[in-house]
Amino acid sequence: MSHLNNFEIFLLFSIVKIAVVLVITLLAVAYTVLLERKLLGRMQNRWGPSRVGPFGLLQPLVDGLKLFLKEDMMPLAVERPLFILAPIIAFSCAMISISVVPFGATTMVHGVDLFQIANLNIGLLVILGVTSIGVYGIALSGWSSNNKYSLFGSLRATAQVISYELALGLSLVGVILRAQSLSLRDIVNSQSAHGALSWNIFGGFQFVAFFIYLMAAYAETNRSPFDLSEAESELVAGYNTEYSSMKFAMFFMAEYANMITVACVATLLFFGGASSPFGHIFDHVASGWFLSALCSVAWFVAKVFAFLLLYIWVRATLPRFRYDQLMGFGWKFLLPVAMVNILATALALSYHS
Amino acid sequence: MQIALFIIFGLLAVAGALNLLFQRHPINSALSLVVVMMSLAVLYWSLGAEFLAAAQVIVYAGAIMVLFVFVVMLLNAGEEDRTHGSKIAYIAGIPGAAAIFCLLSFVFLSERGQFGTTQLGGYLTSSVSNISEISHILFTSLLLPFEVTSILILVAILGAVVLARKEL
Repeated sequence: MSHLNNFEIFLLFSIVKIAVVLVITLLAVAYTVLLERKLLGRMQNRWGPSRVGPFGLLQPLVDGLKLFLKEDMMPLAVERPLFILAPIIAFSCAMISISVVPFGATTMVHGVDLFQIANLNIGLLVILGVTSIGVYGIALSGWSSNNKYSLFGSLRATAQVISYELALGLSLVGVILRAQSLSLRDIVNSQSAHGALSWNIFGGFQFVAFFIYLMAAYAETNRSPFDLSEAESELVAGYNTEYSSMKFAMFFMAEYANMITVACVATLLFFGGASSPFGHIFDHVASGWFLSALCSVAWFVAKVFAFLLLYIWVRATLPRFRYDQLMGFGWKFLLPVAMVNILATALALSYHS
Repeated sequence: MQIALFIIFGLLAVAGALNLLFQRHPINSALSLVVVMMSLAVLYWSLGAEFLAAAQVIVYAGAIMVLFVFVVMLLNAGEEDRTHGSKIAYIAGIPGAAAIFCLLSFVFLSERGQFGTTQLGGYLTSSVSNISEISHILFTSLLLPFEVTSILILVAILGAVVLARKEL
């Protein structure tokens, strides 16, 4: 390593980090699908996938292979360039936003942070911005398919995502006020003092913001109970009706990657990110830098996993909203409550300082 | 690095703007405008205005242009017809464009001496966050214009609601 200068080390580490994060995210997406199918099966009193490999563990690989080998149908009346562009936008936006997420405690090797691809000082805004660009993927897919069900699905999804983006953004303001920074690393560090007691959801009294974020995030990712854009009883399959093979798979993977991103953001903003809930009590047990780094990553993964389980549990439990109920809930309930939360947090902070 | 970013995204912005004019379908024009806005955001960022860049992406590219695309999709607007343009465009447009070009080149030429000292992207490495500085200025010395603008936007929203109600 000694014969490389700083820039070369940075470049090398960055490429390796990007490759590793990409592979892990794609694997996580594949196995989240399997987890969902297994758990939904158990909750509905059936087995779920169990044939391929032990406990059906190789099912995602076979699914991927099937999607690769399927014929790529391109209907004649589609708007060709946009029809191809739409899944690319959806998938790449879902993948980009994971790049600012810090996965573990700050671990510097040769001046490069191992567990974060990019520590931006506007990390949170980057995630919000990339998510709002991802809407184009859904909007364009429905329009370019030249199919009324696709168009309806994408209109619903677009309107829903734009509406809930407001409540989502406003629910994060309380956290930003407390951390006084938009950098995700700073936000995590602001909650690491006393373990779970200083997490934003408990010690920071941001539980209202957390529940607003949770509901808005379910709507943002078009997941049940807000999955009106793919209501199969009304709209065939929603905005991706005309898509097949890998183009369909890209939408599918984008949905699950968005789920993972949303779970990561909830972990970072409200549950202390990679910090342990016990604070620094057990620091002497895992004393080496390798063990402590491993522990921090393990805590982060456990928290994200819990959020994914919650997603699946909610999907198995709650029925779908009606569309006017969905819009009314977003605009008339979540938005005012988020604003009241901002005011209350600001007043409390100014009172304390 | 900053020069490379500037050249790439400056060219992309110009190409997007030209594509916006030459495309005949409104949805393609709207998407070219998105490209222009995104490349402008990158230019802002390379100049050290990261908050402006994020606001540009979230507000313009992510909200306003999505609304544009939404309306185009909803109305199912067809391709536009080629016309010879109105007389006013020829009478006022060409002298207007020439005047703007002259004004800009005059400003650039007279301020030529300043360009050598301008730091292009030199603020990227500094640790000072300009978000706190922007918010400080907005809520102290520029408080009145800020609030007046907010009320102006509120009036516009109320006007839109009134107009929409009448049609029901």
